[in-house]
Parts: sequence; structure tokens; C-alpha cells
Amino acid sequence: MTAPLIDLAGLSRHFALSSGLNTRFRKGGAKVVRAVDSVDIEIARGETFGLVGESGCGKSTVARLAVGLMRPTEGAVRFDRVDLASAGRRDLAALRRRIQMVFQDPYSSMNARWRIREIIAEPLRTLNLCSSPAEMDRRIDELLTLVGLSPADKRKYPHEFSGGQRQRISIARALSTNPEFLVCDEPTSALDVSVQSQILNLMKDLQAEFDLTFLFISHNLAVISHMADRVGVMYLGRIVEQAPAQRLFSAPRHPYTKLLLETVPDLNRIGYTRKPMSGEVPNPINPPSGCPFHPRCAFANDRCKQERPSIRADGQGTLVACHGVQEGRI
Amino acid sequence: MHDGPILQVENLRIEIPTRHRTLVAVDDVSFELARGEVLGVVGESGAGKSLTGAAIIGLLRPPGRIAGGRIWIDGKRVDNLSQAEMRKVRGRIAGAIFQDPMTSLNPLFTVGQQLVETIRTHLDMSRAEARARALSLLAEVGIPAPEQRLDQYPHQFSGGMRQRVVIALALCANPKLIIADEPTTALDVSIQAQIIALLKRLCHEHGTAVVLVTHDMGVIAETADRVAVMYTGRIAELGPVAEVVRAPRHPYTAGLMASIPAIGETRDRLYQIDGSMPRLTNIPQGCPFNPRCPAVFDRCRRERPETVDLGGHRVACWKHGEQEA
Repeated sequence: MTAPLIDLAGLSRHFALSSGLNTRFRKGGAKVVRAVDSVDIEIARGETFGLVGESGCGKSTVARLAVGLMRPTEGAVRFDRVDLASAGRRDLAALRRRIQMVFQDPYSSMNARWRIREIIAEPLRTLNLCSSPAEMDRRIDELLTLVGLSPADKRKYPHEFSGGQRQRISIARALSTNPEFLVCDEPTSALDVSVQSQILNLMKDLQAEFDLTFLFISHNLAVISHMADRVGVMYLGRIVEQAPAQRLFSAPRHPYTKLLLETVPDLNRIGYTRKPMSGEVPNPINPPSGCPFHPRCAFANDRCKQERPSIRADGQGTLVACHGVQEGRI
Repeated sequence: MHDGPILQVENLRIEIPTRHRTLVAVDDVSFELARGEVLGVVGESGAGKSLTGAAIIGLLRPPGRIAGGRIWIDGKRVDNLSQAEMRKVRGRIAGAIFQDPMTSLNPLFTVGQQLVETIRTHLDMSRAEARARALSLLAEVGIPAPEQRLDQYPHQFSGGMRQRVVIALALCANPKLIIADEPTTALDVSIQAQIIALLKRLCHEHGTAVVLVTHDMGVIAETADRVAVMYTGRIAELGPVAEVVRAPRHPYTAGLMASIPAIGETRDRLYQIDGSMPRLTNIPQGCPFNPRCPAVFDRCRRERPETVDLGGHRVACWKHGEQEA
């Protein structure tokens, strides 16, 4: 197998809680939140890796680490075999061109006082990708057409556009540098469903046209199921299950994945009363001992309460971090 | 006591005056809600679904105003009540649950103080009786250890638990009608399912009717008895949930249903309705959906479609109107 385009290896990111006076006098130093804890993800060129989880599970932190907006506490982000952390200044500039990000909120991710032209031109300018103003103009027109807008739109301001159109502008900005890898953090969560389908179709079209590789993050399982080739399920900073999309949704192994799938409201189940998952996601400041899911898990035993399961292959294409599955109990 | 529908809305029109012109945000909306029934109201942002909900319980924020039509709750006309009179209806007969629980909770008072105050405003109870009722309400909405939780402040509750407190607040005086505006949108899926199951159980047990405003068709499918689909402030289609989801009659609803991705499906592309819902300043002549409609014909561009009743299933579309004409 060829080397993956993206390799997140043993990635962790810890945040120290308030460095105020309290922490200085407290025994044992500052408390640490393990927002991302030993995450391994490999993504092949042209593939879409979907990352799902509830709020606070660390999926957006993974996104920020993957594009280099944040440095990992441990582990490495390798893009095309180059470690982002140890890359020299020149290499890093070249890598930045090849990695781009689309954010969730099409309202806050744009400068409201800039015209669309400036917004899309910013990466081109910063990375010095256009040799003349005329070339930049041509490129902006081309990008706007590509995402289904009109070249005349470049003279307008963000407030003149709807949420869906703004997300198209975000995508045009991300594509301006001809990237190979796009990190999309909840790109359609702020949009209405009819607009969501337009954006998802557009992203698939662009992926086919430019051979793009996606890290696609969402809390919406149906969207992930539609977009992703492979899926990772995150819970409290860890990946608890990773599998090809079709397998994950047809034969989920981890009890958390099963419960998550069980709770998704479904158009086809009219009048259905589901058994909701009891309990809530624990506070990441005080995560439970052992398996972080054990307080909500119907299959938890003593081992689950004490020992943290590591992620292992189940022999059928799924990686799962669960003692029950590994012992054959579930 | 009145035994007709718990809620009647007749030709409701909501206007928002702006500097340049008056916008019509809700236009000619009519529906009825039977006792104990759950009516889902869906639509895209700006379709007027939240304004309709707010108008029913008298919480329409100025400059928005009811410019026409009538509303009855439990047989009592409410659209022309004063603020003070409406406050008595709200809470006692009709309760409200909003997307963000903190819009309904005061951060400076304990949950118990807020519940007791609300209960005593509407019911003739001593402080001790009200506290006992508050305790049983917290237990009923599934808050563990209610005795300790009663004396805690809202910030000590998680998002899902806060929404449970808001539901308890709405239930204080055993209302017959609850307006729930996106009650689960701010919550995670696993918590969302808990809240929906709770709402369903409570309505069933108490015979409370609910107007459930949401953009999530999945939630509607599992919760509502009937559903109203709104577009540019008007009802495009209203019917039993199974019919609207499985056999939508309005081209907009059909497009909406086909654009929702589902788990495990193998479609490579989703259906897409091109364009977006027009702004209120720019509603096209005739049928407001005509520029995006795949089945559009001449009449749609000229005349606004009348609502046709196809046996308990109303549609505002000339495709169906033609048959009668």
C-alpha cells in the first residue's frame, strides 16, 4: 500500500485549565483536559474520512491539529510524509498551500468589511500565488464560477449572501490555492437541509474533479454516511471505533456507536419511540476511569471500570476500543 | 371548559415594518390542533415557523405584529389580549419551551426558586406545597437526585438537564398546550433523543397538545401526528405525518424530503432544490416557490395558489388546484 496522504500518528492535545493563582497553589500542578488523546488516523489520497462525535469529544481540535492551526502535545501530523512540526519555514509555506480548511459558521469565518474579491484573494496574496492583478482577477472569476456563483459577485459584501452562498464562498477561498487536502469542520451544520444537499453535492463534484482528500467532521451521522469512505467515532478525545463507512453503519461494534445510531431521528420511523441512551457525556475535566464510556454502557464490567481499552482490529475491517468486543462478550 | 380544538389559528398574518416597507413574515396561516395532538411545523430559517409559535403565546417581539387573523386557545380568543391578560393564559393554559434553555431560566435564582415562583403565580398553593410540586416535577422530567438539584443554580446543570428544567417550568400549571420551538436543536443527538422521548411521554400522560417547531424532519417524523410545511411565511402543505413524509403533495415538500441524507443509503448524489428561499423583501408573484419548482407552469407565475383540501391533507399548489377547476 502506498503511504497515506495524511497520517495523524498518536496525536494528543492537552489544554491546561486556567493558569490563575489557584492552580499555582494546588498540589499536583494545573489540571489538564485531554481534548485529543492518542488519535491515529490515516487518509489516502482521494479518500473522505468522516469523523463523528458529540460536542466536546475533540473532533474540532483534531481538525485544527490536522491543518496546523494548533500544535500537538504529543504525536505527529504528517502530510505527504512530512511532519508539520519539524518542517522548515520554506517547506511549511509549501504545505500550507496544499492544506485548506472550511469552517462551520459561514457568518463568522469571513471579514464582514471585505468584498468577496478580497476574501478569496487573501490566500492567493499571502502565499504569493498570482504574478499579476489580472491573473488574480481571472483566478477569482474562475473560482466563483466553480462553486456556482457568478464572477460579478466578487464586488459584493458577505451580508449580501445567504448562508449557503457564503459557504460556497468559503469553499472557493479554500480551493483558491489548489489544495490537495481539505479539512471540513461541520460545513453544513449551520445550513437548512435543502441548502445542505446543494453544498454536499458541490463538495462531491469538486472532490471528483480535483482528486481532493477530505477530513469531514460532523455530528450528523446521516451526512457522514453520505460523504465518507471511512469513519471514526470519537468519544471524550479518543477514537472508539473506526471502520469503512458501509461497515460502520451496517455492523457497528462499539456500544457507543450502536447507541448513537439508535438515537438518530429517522424519517422512515414514523411514530417510533426509541429507547434513549441514558446519561450524558461526562465532563472531560474529570473523565471516568477505565473505559470513558463505562458509566453509560450496559455491558460494562469491573475491567471496563479500571482498565482503559486500546483500539484493536476485529479481523473484519473494524478497529474498536472495547473490552467487551475484544473478549467476545458483545 | 370548552371541548373544541385546543388551538385554532385563522388567517394569521404577521407583519414586520421596516424603514422602507412593511414585510409580511407570516401570511394567511390557518390550522387547528386537537387536544393531546402534536403538530410539527417545519421549514427553512425565515419561513415564519418561529414567528407563528411566538404569536400564538403572545411573545411576538416588536416591531413584529399580528396584522390580521385570529387565534383561540382553549376556546378563548387570545390575539387581542393585553400583555397582562396574556400572562395569565401563558403558563396556566399554554407553556413555552425554546431552543436555548437559558432564555427561560434566570441565572441568579436557584431552579427551585424559579419553579416555586412559577407554580405560585398560577396555582393557589403555599410555599411548602409548591416546593413539593417542584420536586415531583423535577423527578417527572427525569432529573436525578431532585432534592439536591432543587437548590442549585442553572449554571450547575448541563445543557440537557437545563432543557429538562425548562420543560418542568412549562409544566408547572398543567397547561393544555405547549409551544416547543426547536427544543432539541442545541443538544447533542443522544440528549436530543432523551428530550423528545420525554416530551412524547408527558404529552401522552397529561393529554397536552404540542406545537413542535423544528427544522429537523427526523424529529417531526417520530414525534408529530400532523405536520405543516412552511415556505416564505405560508403553509405549503399540511397533513398527517406519514402522508407528508412518504407521499408529499407539494413539490417543495417532495424536494425537501429527497434532499435529506439517510444512514446507509447508497445514493451518490442528493436531490437538490436549486436556489434558495427568497427573502421577505423579494417574494415572487404567484406561487412563492415557482422559480425553484420543477413542475412549474404558467398559472403558478401569475396567481397565488389556493389551498386545496385533499381529505384532511391541505396543499397550496396549482398542480392540485387544477383538478378541481
